[in-house]
Amino acid sequence: MAKSEDQAVAEAFEPTRVEEHRAYLMRYAMLRLRDATAAEDAVQETLLAALQTGTRFAGRSSVRTWLTGILKHKIVDYVRRQSREQPLERLDDEVGDAASDVAGAAFAPDGHWHDFPADWGAPDASFESAQFWKVFEACVQVMPARAARVFVMREVLELATEDICKELGITATNCWVLLHRARLSLRECLEIKWFTP
Amino acid sequence: MPRNQVVHTVKLIPSCRETSELISQAQDRALTLREKLALYVHLPLCKGCRNFREQVAFMRRAARAYLDRE
Repeated sequence: MAKSEDQAVAEAFEPTRVEEHRAYLMRYAMLRLRDATAAEDAVQETLLAALQTGTRFAGRSSVRTWLTGILKHKIVDYVRRQSREQPLERLDDEVGDAASDVAGAAFAPDGHWHDFPADWGAPDASFESAQFWKVFEACVQVMPARAARVFVMREVLELATEDICKELGITATNCWVLLHRARLSLRECLEIKWFTP
Repeated sequence: MPRNQVVHTVKLIPSCRETSELISQAQDRALTLREKLALYVHLPLCKGCRNFREQVAFMRRAARAYLDRE
């Protein structure tokens, strides 16, 4: 016989399970928010919201997927508040700022790569390495802040470019410039620190 | 020149910088026919940009795998 919804929710919130979920959600939130306090707040709000609306979880998805869905909303809320507090002109400034222009640093004036991207072989094997993920996290940390913000919204939260533009109040062009910059930065960092050290 | 319209310059072969912008944007929007053509012209000639294309796809997989690992 199928478990009742209440039973499924009760099991999901056993203390040991909650700690498992919390660790996962914290990783998720940290990558996005890059701020431990903000991440803890978002995760806490998520678990509370889940408890309050628990009976609406009808086993349609795994508990983790369901919790991650709630967390995404919390993170988007946080980003929205943050972008209100951090004036958007600063974002536009940064796009036009030659000093922080990663793309400018990656290419010679004639448009050639300064350092041609290397062949990373079969890179997915790195996913099995805990050390790789440390490098990955470190490389996300050193990305230009706003580029990293857009990159994680796009690649981790899997938001569409239009939604990112709407959330941050930037143009699609700026969004693409920031994503390009983020990818160049992350690429270079992974190459130096991991693939061809 | 708006930087998203990288291939509006009248050049037969786009630079690596322009090509890398197209490779990046291909992850986020549909490229125009002209832009796709520019990639077809540049990529066979340039191992660096081919590697960059692989790396961009890898970074997307990595960002997703980051959350799924135990």
